[in-house]
Amino acid sequence: MGNITLRNVSKVFGAHAVIPSIDLNINDGEFVVFVGPSGCGKSTLLRLIAGLEDVSDGEIVIDGKNATELPPAQRGLSMVFQSYALYPHMSVRSNIGFPLKMANEDKAVIDKKVADAARVLNLTDYLDRKPRQLSGGQRQRVAIGRAIVRQPKAFLFDEPLSNLDAALRVNMRLEISQLHQDLKTTMVYVTHDQVEAMTMADKIVVLNRGRIEQVGSPLDLYHKPDNLFVAGFIGSPRMNFVSGSSATPYKAHTMGIRPEHLVLSKESGTWSGTVGVAEHLGSDTFLHVNVDDIGTMTARVSGDFAVTHGDRVFLTPDAQRVHRFDDKGLAIR
Amino acid sequence: MATLHTRSAARLMIAPSVLLLLAWMIVPLAMTIYFSFLRYNLLMPGMEEFAGFSNYSYFLTDPAFFQAIFNTLAIVLGVLFITVVGGIALALLLDQPMFGQGIVRILVIAPFLIMPTVAALVWKNMFMNPVNGLFAWVAKLFGLQPFDFLANAPLMSVILIVAWQWLPFATLILLTALQSLDEEQKEAAQMDGASAWSRFIYLVLPHLSRAITVVILIQTIFLLSVFAEILVTTNGGPGTQSTNLTFLVYAQALLQFDVGGASAGGIIAVILANIVAFFLMRMIGKTLEA
Ligand SMILES: Nc1ncnc2c1ncn2[C@@H]1O[C@H](COP(=O)(O)OP(=O)(O)OP(=O)(O)O)[C@@H](O)[C@H]1O
Ligand SMILES: [Mg+2]
Repeated sequence: MGNITLRNVSKVFGAHAVIPSIDLNINDGEFVVFVGPSGCGKSTLLRLIAGLEDVSDGEIVIDGKNATELPPAQRGLSMVFQSYALYPHMSVRSNIGFPLKMANEDKAVIDKKVADAARVLNLTDYLDRKPRQLSGGQRQRVAIGRAIVRQPKAFLFDEPLSNLDAALRVNMRLEISQLHQDLKTTMVYVTHDQVEAMTMADKIVVLNRGRIEQVGSPLDLYHKPDNLFVAGFIGSPRMNFVSGSSATPYKAHTMGIRPEHLVLSKESGTWSGTVGVAEHLGSDTFLHVNVDDIGTMTARVSGDFAVTHGDRVFLTPDAQRVHRFDDKGLAIR
Repeated sequence: MATLHTRSAARLMIAPSVLLLLAWMIVPLAMTIYFSFLRYNLLMPGMEEFAGFSNYSYFLTDPAFFQAIFNTLAIVLGVLFITVVGGIALALLLDQPMFGQGIVRILVIAPFLIMPTVAALVWKNMFMNPVNGLFAWVAKLFGLQPFDFLANAPLMSVILIVAWQWLPFATLILLTALQSLDEEQKEAAQMDGASAWSRFIYLVLPHLSRAITVVILIQTIFLLSVFAEILVTTNGGPGTQSTNLTFLVYAQALLQFDVGGASAGGIIAVILANIVAFFLMRMIGKTLEA
């Protein structure tokens, strides 16, 4: 129930190969996140899986059955769109019940399933409203409700939280994760927010220009990035990169060190520099240090490390946590 | 217009145009009302005298009057039906990606740009003429007797001609409405397993309801007073079979020279138009709100 396999899938728009060729396996019950910079083809890939876009080449197998030529409705997948795509003239009740109505279910069955979904999603009081009378978070939940009532083999989410404010986003993130725990259905989730990717995923697929850069669990990607792109993309603030003569002692073309793995001191260290901007978050402080001969580096220190703009500081990378890359940008292990 | 200040400013701004429009409408209306109470015949100038309601009673008891009311409604409803249904169908077709889309869209607007008299004459002489017309030629091709549209089905012919003229208008409005339908909603419906027909019924049609309302309201205003097409094709005949209210008023004033009676007819037409407008707004005006 709910494996999706992509074999050699490619997508060309006109002369522009948005997705050159992708192989990917999504296991049943997994929460897979596609993450990557804007325009890298995340939505396109999701729409290929959904059947809203035809593949140019390759095949898509859902549940062991070749679904490449199947129309969207017959793939047994549900999708939650970025704009929610609720039907504006229908009540919440009819919106959620629409897929069941299209499947010619009994009126009584529909009512029961809609009521169940509404209870799970805290929408019971809003069933008779129109979408425009709901808040962003409620609309989001209606869209999810519409997706869950027909018990799909897998859910597809395309940046579902990007229209919500920060606090609500954290909430909905938890709710979706909770939903995944409860339903244990495969979920494929597209986002460009790496915090969402790290917190929700069982497996992250990092995409860049239509290519898969790395597939792995969040901590895998954090600890063992395969290449410079993944190293720079995963982690916040992003990893510091040092190349040239300063990287030679580490036997690498480029060495990378995360801000949280730099030890700061006011007395001595490997590198020295002046403090530029200091971002105080309370518990932590992010220091942007202008390191002599290297350039700006970001370091994370605890909130009570007292420095101000213009102070001299010393930085020492934690030798265990240094990432090394060769001249092609691939990790040296 | 949220604050008191902006509201009063807005009123001040629109006052001149409201006053101008009012004068523009009030003066002719007042004169028509005045004439409708006079015995006023163009053949007997200077003999006007007060006639009370006799003009009204003559007009209202004229058997042609009921025929005219029926014909007016038939034209309005017939044309509305053809243009709304045909407009939706054409808009759906034109919304499909196809070769030469730009040119086809311009061609579709063309009938709307042709003057009513010209359009009606083209139809009368080139299509519906029982001897030289295209339809007659097609009928003969199949060995059938040519049908004399304007003599045997005058009202239907007028409806057909007027509908042909208004179809582009409806198509254009409905096409723009169709194009504003959110693509993701259609895709969502597709994922939800809705067939093309279900998508049309549950998604497209409700989305178009507002545009359909606009088409109906605007067209009704113009269709109540169809005139040129009748004048150049059937002249209201045979008998009064294709006479509508407007044409009846015209006949009264300029064929029978009875200005008083025509004015009374005009006032009755105004009242009837208001009744139609009232019911129309009651029935479909709601879709325009919110
Ligand atoms: N219908 C289309 N025709 C032509 N090019 C397209 C089409 N759809 C997408 N593209 C191109 O494909 C590339 C990938 O688009 P896609 O929408 O998948 O990006 P994305 O990763 O979802 O980005 P974002 O995070 O901004 O949503 C883009 O360069 C885009 O210009
Ligand atoms: Mg996208």
